[in-house]
Amino acid sequence: MVNFGKIKLISRSFTTLSSAPLRICVVGSGPAGFYTAEKILKAHEGVEVDIIDRLPTPFGLVRSGVAPDHPETKIVTNQFSRVAQNDRCSFFGNVYLGSSISLPELREMYNAVVLAYGSESDRSLGIPGEELAGVHAAREFVWWYNGHPDCRNLSPDLKNTDTAVILGQGNVALDIARILLRPTEELAKTDIASHALAALEESSIRKVYLVGRRGPVQAACTAKELREVLGIKNLAVHIQQADLVTKPADEIEMKNNRIRRRVYELLSKAVPPGHTPVLGQRELHFVFFRKPDKFLESDDRSGHLGGVRLEKTVLKGDDELVNQVAVGTGVYEDISCGLALKSIGYKSVAIDDLPFDNYKGIVPNVGGRVVTDSLQDHMQIETGLYVCGWLKRGPTGIIATNLYCAEETLACISDDINKGLLTSNSPKPGREGLLQLLDSRNTKVVSLDAWKKIDTEEIRLGHIKNKPREKLTTWEDLLKVASE
Amino acid sequence: MFISRFYRQGAHTIKSLIKAPAFIPKTSHIPVVHNRHLPALRHESFCSGAAKQDSEEGNQENQKINVTFVDKDGEETHIKVPVGMSMLEAAHENDIELEGACEGSLACSTCHVIVMDMAQYNKLPDPTDEENDMLDLAFGLTETSRLGCQIIAEPELDGLHLAIPSATRNFAVDGFKPKPH
Ligand SMILES: Cc1cc2nc3c(=O)[nH]c(=O)nc-3n(C[C@H](O)[C@H](O)[C@H](O)COP(=O)(O)OP(=O)(O)OC[C@H]3O[C@@H](n4cnc5c(N)ncnc54)[C@H](O)[C@@H]3O)c2cc1C
Ligand SMILES: NC(=O)c1ccc[n+]([C@@H]2O[C@H](COP(=O)([O-])OP(=O)(O)OC[C@H]3O[C@@H](n4cnc5c(N)ncnc54)[C@H](OP(=O)(O)O)[C@@H]3O)[C@@H](O)[C@H]2O)c1
Ligand code: FES
Repeated sequence: MVNFGKIKLISRSFTTLSSAPLRICVVGSGPAGFYTAEKILKAHEGVEVDIIDRLPTPFGLVRSGVAPDHPETKIVTNQFSRVAQNDRCSFFGNVYLGSSISLPELREMYNAVVLAYGSESDRSLGIPGEELAGVHAAREFVWWYNGHPDCRNLSPDLKNTDTAVILGQGNVALDIARILLRPTEELAKTDIASHALAALEESSIRKVYLVGRRGPVQAACTAKELREVLGIKNLAVHIQQADLVTKPADEIEMKNNRIRRRVYELLSKAVPPGHTPVLGQRELHFVFFRKPDKFLESDDRSGHLGGVRLEKTVLKGDDELVNQVAVGTGVYEDISCGLALKSIGYKSVAIDDLPFDNYKGIVPNVGGRVVTDSLQDHMQIETGLYVCGWLKRGPTGIIATNLYCAEETLACISDDINKGLLTSNSPKPGREGLLQLLDSRNTKVVSLDAWKKIDTEEIRLGHIKNKPREKLTTWEDLLKVASE
Repeated sequence: MFISRFYRQGAHTIKSLIKAPAFIPKTSHIPVVHNRHLPALRHESFCSGAAKQDSEEGNQENQKINVTFVDKDGEETHIKVPVGMSMLEAAHENDIELEGACEGSLACSTCHVIVMDMAQYNKLPDPTDEENDMLDLAFGLTETSRLGCQIIAEPELDGLHLAIPSATRNFAVDGFKPKPH
C-alpha cells in the first residue's frame, strides 16, 4: 500500500512534466504560505508555484510577529528561503490581493490559488473608550516594535505613565509584557526596530498588568513563554494567592490538558512564599477573574486614557466537556494606567469575491477547500481555490501548526489533481500574465532578488549596531533598497 | 519505573523555576545540520543536572549505533548513527524526512519523534524543562514522545526505533500504539 502511493506519485510527475506546467499561486508568504508551497513542490514535479505578498518582505509573522528576542524561532526562515530558491518557485512582494489584483483576476491566471494571507485585524472588545489615545491593539504594538511598515508611526506613549495594562493572557500578551519589562540593554542586541528600542529606552513604564477574564488554569499562554517572562531580571511578580485556589472543574481541565497543568504549576510557584519585592524593581501583576468593562478617560489629559475599569468574574460550567466561561458579578474595580494593549486575538480580513465567515473571521472551508456558504446543506466547493493557516483555522497556533495545516490543504490539492479537477490542459498565463498585468498597473513587484537586497542591507546595517539585523521600517526605504 | 519518571519531571519543573534563566541558550548562529559535534555539546549544556558518565569516552568517537526510523507511511529506514550525533542531524544526513524548523535550537517542536519501545524510552536522559515546554506543543504527543534534536546517540541506545508522527493519519490505527504505563 505504501509503495503503491509512491509509484502513483512518480507516474503522475511524468505525465504532468510532458505538458504545460500546472500553475499555482499562493497568497501570503507566512508559515502557511511557505509550508504549502514547499509541500506542493515536493509532491508534484510538474507544478510551478508563485508566492505573492502585500509586503516587500517575505515570512509574514515570523518577521513581524515573533518577538525580537526569539531569534531561534526565526531560524525557520532558512527553510523558507530554500523553498523560494527552488527553480519552480517565485516570490513576488508588494503585490496586494484585493487592490493590486483582484481574486477573480488571479484565479483567471492560475490553475489554482491558495489563500494564506493570515489575520491582519483584531477581535474587538466592544467596550466604551476604545478610541482614547493610549489604547492600542496588540497587533499594532507588535508590528511597531517589529518594524512592520504599516505601524512605523504608531508612536505609543511610554513616557507619561508608569503603568501599562495588557488585556488577555495569551502568548502575544506575554510577548508584549516581556518587551515592556526586559532590560533594554538585552533588547538592543536583537533585531527590534530602532524606533521602538529608542522609545523603550526612554520608557517610564515600571508596572505591567496582565489581565485575564478567567483563572490561572485557563491562562492562554504556554509554559515556554511564561517561564521566560517570569525569569526577567530584576522583576517582582505579583499574583493574588486567593486566585490560585482551584475548583474540581479546574482539576479536570488540568488532568485533560498537559499545557494547562504545566502553566498552572509555573504560576503557582511564581511568587515564593514570604517573598517581599525589592524597592525599585519593575513589577509584573497577573490579574485573574477580571474582564474589561470600559476604558476611562484621564482627568488631566482630555482624550487620553487614564485607567481601565474591570468587572470581577466567576467561572461557570463544570461539565468536563464544556469550557468554563467567565461571568460578570457586577463588582468593579479600576486600574490607573496610561497605556492599554488589547491582546484578545487577531482576526482575518475579508476580500471582495471571496466567501467569508464574518462570525468566525475565517474563509469557510472543508479541510482547506474553500466552500461558498457555510450552510451545511448547500455547501458548494470553489474548484481550484484553497486556504491555509490562520485564514483557514482562525488566529491560533504556533508556526508548526501551519505545517500540519499545509499538509491537510496539500491533500485536497493532490486529490483534485488526481481526480483531474486541476489540470494544465487549459493552460494559464501564470507568472507572465501576472507580471504583465501588474506592470500595466505600475505596481513595483519586489522579486526574490530584490528582497535579497533588502535582506543584505538590513544585515549590513545591523552589523554596524551589533544587532543581527536593522530592519528597514518604511515603505519608501524598503522599495528604494529593493529597486537599487 | 515509568510513572515515577513523570513525577520526577514534575519536581524538576518546580525546582528549576526559581532559577529559571530569562533566556535559553542562543544557538541561532550555529549551522547545526552541518556540524556533527555541536548537538552533543548543546545537549550537555541543557542537561547540566544529569551529567553523563562517559566511561568509554575514548572509542566513542568512531562508534555507531543502529537506529530505525519509521516514517508517516509506516516504512522503515535503518541507519547507523555515530555516537554523539542528534537524531535530527542523523535523519537529515540520511534523507529521512524529519522536520527541523529551528535547526535543533529547541524552539519549534517540529522534530517530534515517538520512541517506539518503552524500555528504550526509559534509557534516555530525562527531558529538560525546556524540552518539555516544546513537547507541550508537539502534534500528537504520546507518553514516549521526545524531540529528535535532543536525542543524542549513545552506545546504550543501539537498536532505537523512532516513529515520525503523521498529522494526516491516526497513528494508533496503523499498528503502533505506545504502551500504557
Ligand atoms: C505576535 C505574535 C508572535 C508569535 N510568536 C510565535 C512564536 O514565537 N513561535 C511560534 O511558533 N509561533 C508564533 N506565533 C504564531 C505564528 O506566527 C502563526 O502561527 C503564523 O505566522 C501564522 O501563519 P500564516 O501564514 O497563516 O499567517 P502570517 O504569518 O500572518 O502570514 C500572512 C502573510 O500574508 C500577507 N498578506 C496579508 N494580506 C495580504 C493580501 N491581501 N495580499 C497579499 N498578501 C497578504 C502578509 O503580509 C503576511 O506576510 C506568533 C504570532 C503572533 C501574532
Ligand atoms: N512563543 C510562542 O510560541 C507564541 C508567541 C506568540 C503567539 N503565539 C501563538 O499565536 C496565537 C495567538 O496568540 P494570542 O495571544 O493572540 O491569542 P490567544 O492565545 O487566543 O489568547 C487570547 C487571550 O485573550 C483573551 N480574550 C479573548 N477575548 C476576550 C474578551 N472579549 N475579553 C477579555 N479577554 C478576552 C483570552 O481569554 P479566554 O481564554 O478567556 O478566551 C486569552 O487570554 C496563539 O496560538 C499563540 O500560542 C505563540
Ligand atoms: S528542531 Fe526545533 S525543537 Fe528540535
